[in-house]
Parts: sequence; C-alpha cells; structure tokens
Amino acid sequence: MEQFAPLRRKKDGQPVRYLVVDDSVFARKNLGKMIETFGGEVAGEAPDGLAAITEYGRVLPDMVLMDITMPQMEGIEAAEKILQKHSDARIVMVSSVGYQENIVAALQRGARHFVQKPVKADVLYEVVKYVMGDDVAVAAIAPDGIADGAHA
Amino acid sequence: MELIQPFINAADAVLGQSLRCRTSVGEVLMAEDTYQRSGIAAQIGFTGDIEGRIIFDLAPATAAYLASALAGTEISAGDDMAKEAVLELANQVIGNAVTTLNNQGFRFKVLPPEVHLSTQGLSASHDTEALLMSFDTCGGTVFMNIAMRYTSQDERAAVGA
Repeated sequence: MEQFAPLRRKKDGQPVRYLVVDDSVFARKNLGKMIETFGGEVAGEAPDGLAAITEYGRVLPDMVLMDITMPQMEGIEAAEKILQKHSDARIVMVSSVGYQENIVAALQRGARHFVQKPVKADVLYEVVKYVMGDDVAVAAIAPDGIADGAHA
Repeated sequence: MELIQPFINAADAVLGQSLRCRTSVGEVLMAEDTYQRSGIAAQIGFTGDIEGRIIFDLAPATAAYLASALAGTEISAGDDMAKEAVLELANQVIGNAVTTLNNQGFRFKVLPPEVHLSTQGLSASHDTEALLMSFDTCGGTVFMNIAMRYTSQDERAAVGA
C-alpha cells in the first residue's frame, strides 16, 4: 500500500487518532490500514451508529470516519447525535451511497466531508488534511522511514 | 434492462478498481430458474421506487484474491475476511449503482448486506427482471445475480416510501 507523509497533530506532534465506524469488519480493517499509511492511529472502532456514540465519548478521537448504511442506527443520525454533545467533532462520511440527498443530509447535520467507496487512499489523505486544517502538520520522513518532525 | 445497466457499470468499475486489473463481462443470461449459489455469496436488498436484491457469488479462491487485493495483505480462502470482502464488494457495487439511479430520479433505501446462505433466489417473472451475469477478472470469475421490479404506488404508500 502507498505510503504518505505522516500527519501529526500540531499541538503535540502525536499521530492523528481516528474512530472508524462501519458495519463491515473488512471495511474497518481496510480503512485502518490506510490510516496507518497516513501515520495515524485507530483509537476505536464501532460496527454501528449506536456503538459509535458510546465509543466517541470513550476515546475522543481527532476524526471519525463514518459509514452511512448500518444496522441499529445509520451514520447520518449517529453523526448528528455525536455533534449534539461534541460540537467540535470532525466527522467524515464514508459510504458507497453517494447521491446528492445523502451528502446534503450529512453536511446539514454537521459532517465535514464525504468520501465515496471504494475509498482511494490519496483522496482520503487529502480529505483528512483538509478537515484537520490548521490542527495538523505534515511530518518529514527521515531516511530510516520514521517521521522526524512536523511542518505545516 | 435500463434498471440493470447501472449495476453492471458499477460492478465493472468497483471490481476493476478493487482488483487493480481489467475486467470483462462474461456470460449474461436471463435468470429463468432460481439462483443456485456456488461459492461465498453476499446479498443486499433495496426498497423504494424499485425493489429487489443483488447477489454476488465468488469461488472461495476468488474471494480470497479479492480480500487480499483490498486489504493489501495475503488472506486465505478459509479466512472470515474473504467473506467480509464479498459483503463489502456487494455493498460498494449496489451503493454506486443506487447513486446513479437516484440521480436519475429513482428513490431507494439500501439494506445492510448479509451472507446469502440459501441456494435459492428470485427468478424472473412477469414483473421482475432477473439476470445472471459473470465478470472475468484477474482473480477468477465473479457471478452477479440481480432481481428487481418497479413497485406500484399502492405498495410504496403501504410501506411509507
């Protein structure tokens, strides 16, 4: 899998922490692998919207990658409920169902962005950078492959 | 056939991108008999202006190839991840197809994918289009069985669609 310049939180230089929400364990693993290539860390996973609300409060991630079509509670409703409690939550919807009504509904409820499946790593990387904005820095990679610092 | 074409396009695109190789449409048959599952199969239903379901059926080795390509690591045919990969493939194909149809004015609700355990599925009838087709890929053959029909206004009203 392609490697990207690591993204670090500007405030402490630590990896960006993600909550990955998808009813497909395969999709969660796949997104987790992409996150690793971004130098990030999967802080938590949830298989549905209801579990995502609980997990968000537990791990307080920097970013949520949220599927839409899920059992128990769908992603758009879960995003709305998370944002009611945590107005600064950065939620990116990741779904194969990418028609305009879905995107608008998600954005109206506070989601920051939308990525259509199948997810391309380079697209997700750019979306993460955009949504994290000034709170993230791109770390340089040392010859040994380890991130050795961060610059905006 | 106008309903089915977006699913064919979506399957072709998603398979090509997931497997990172060229795919081609193999056999296309009207499914007059009920569908006989042959490998690891995933089914997704949808309701709304059109209702129906789609089944993806892959030989275990093909499912493992798909899972390995998607995960970027070797996954064996007996691994549960191979099954999960087929479920995710079905989810992505139907999501992309529904996106196209929605943009054409059709309204749907997609149901979560499930493993298709039965050996039987819907066959064609006077109001149901059913099609069995295959895609030849670098990882083996992927079978797609689609059955769908327009719903009447009365049916949509009954379910509040």
